[in-house]
Amino acid sequence: MARSPNLSRRGFIMSVMTFAGSIMGIVVGLPVIGFLISPALNVTKSDAWVPVGKLDSYPVGVPTPFSFTRTKVNGWEKTVNSISVFVLRDATDKVRVFSSVCTHLGCRVTFHKDSNEFICPCHDAHFNKDGGVVSGPPPRPLDQYESKVENGALLIHVIQS
Amino acid sequence: MISKRMYPWLDERLGLSGIYKTVLDRMVPKVNWWFTLGSATLFLFALQVVTGIMLSAYYVPSPDKAYDSIQYIMNGVAFGWLIRGIHHWGATLMVITVFLHMLRVFFYAAYKYPREITWTTGVFLLLATLGMGFTGYLLPWDQKAYWATTVGTSIAGTVPGIGEFILRALRGGSDLSGVTLARFFSAHIWMFPAIIIALIGVHIYLVIRIGISSVPKEND
Ligand code: HEM
Ligand code: FES
Repeated sequence: MARSPNLSRRGFIMSVMTFAGSIMGIVVGLPVIGFLISPALNVTKSDAWVPVGKLDSYPVGVPTPFSFTRTKVNGWEKTVNSISVFVLRDATDKVRVFSSVCTHLGCRVTFHKDSNEFICPCHDAHFNKDGGVVSGPPPRPLDQYESKVENGALLIHVIQS
Repeated sequence: MISKRMYPWLDERLGLSGIYKTVLDRMVPKVNWWFTLGSATLFLFALQVVTGIMLSAYYVPSPDKAYDSIQYIMNGVAFGWLIRGIHHWGATLMVITVFLHMLRVFFYAAYKYPREITWTTGVFLLLATLGMGFTGYLLPWDQKAYWATTVGTSIAGTVPGIGEFILRALRGGSDLSGVTLARFFSAHIWMFPAIIIALIGVHIYLVIRIGISSVPKEND
């Protein structure tokens, strides 16, 4: 049998093995990657109008905290997330509802009546009564919830992802 | 290609071609397909390690979450059915290949001098593999798992004299409980794999050092 100068028996087997090996690597590797990052890809959004009490119960001009919990299915368990907001009602009954989540890195702010500011304990951010950044690292004002009043009850629009 | 220039550099320092020659280019007698069962078992073990590590990313070894976490693997995680399926069937196949491998060694009388230690490590590898199957079977924490382990540990409990003690040691108490699940999980992912990896090391070292036996001939 004539010897091929180009492809030896050993070279042929090597290429076949490399090819088959790569295919197997991909067939196994891709599902494994999909398996691991799967929770990052399954984003489910839900939204609801959540009642946060009677509008009249909120004092005028002072941001007042309100907390509630929302449950969400995370993988094999229900996670209870507690959400707290600050309701600021003005003299004309216009309402703004601030999220207590600091816009820097997500700690919770509290309202300090003495200085009339929201203060975050984590990196000392100060926000004024309207949510604007006074000092500290946050890149933007406090987030606000959409709100509406129905039969005297205040409702806020909570979107969870 | 980079590897053309990298290889001699690495080889000089790591001795790669030496490893290649002793491990893969070693002399073997002319044998048959029964001699591939050890390698098949090794491959299956590697597969079990990989898929097992993947499962542990979602599995929770606690009585109130184990079952739910596996339901999530099956229905909520991409390719979860595949990874668990491979682990499930790989476990069954591995027990089969270990057994057939042992039978081949037995019928070819390959356990004799100088391979007694290879055989002995093999016996412990068989037991450890069965241990993997026994401890893994409880992990789904469904009815089948629960009662299989109730029965299995009760069998161990019938040993005269110390049976009661063995039963309690296996279960971590007199009843099957969360303590049992935790210790079975620990045995399944740490203790048995550590034992198996160490034994495989000795086993394969001996196979390479001594070389494999040839098929016995008429006058042997
Ligand atoms: C390092 C290696 C291994 C790790 C990390 C590992 C991990 C796991 C985990 C987390 C589970 C629970 C998920 C499930 O039940 O599907 C499991 C189940 C199981 N494992 Fe392993 N495993 C390994 C090797 C093995 C080996 C070598 C065998 C057997 C010979 C084995 C046999 C089983 C069995 C029978 C189940 C129950 C499967 C079922 O019914 O769904 N495992 N393993
Ligand atoms: S998280 Fe609030 S200041 Fe950094």
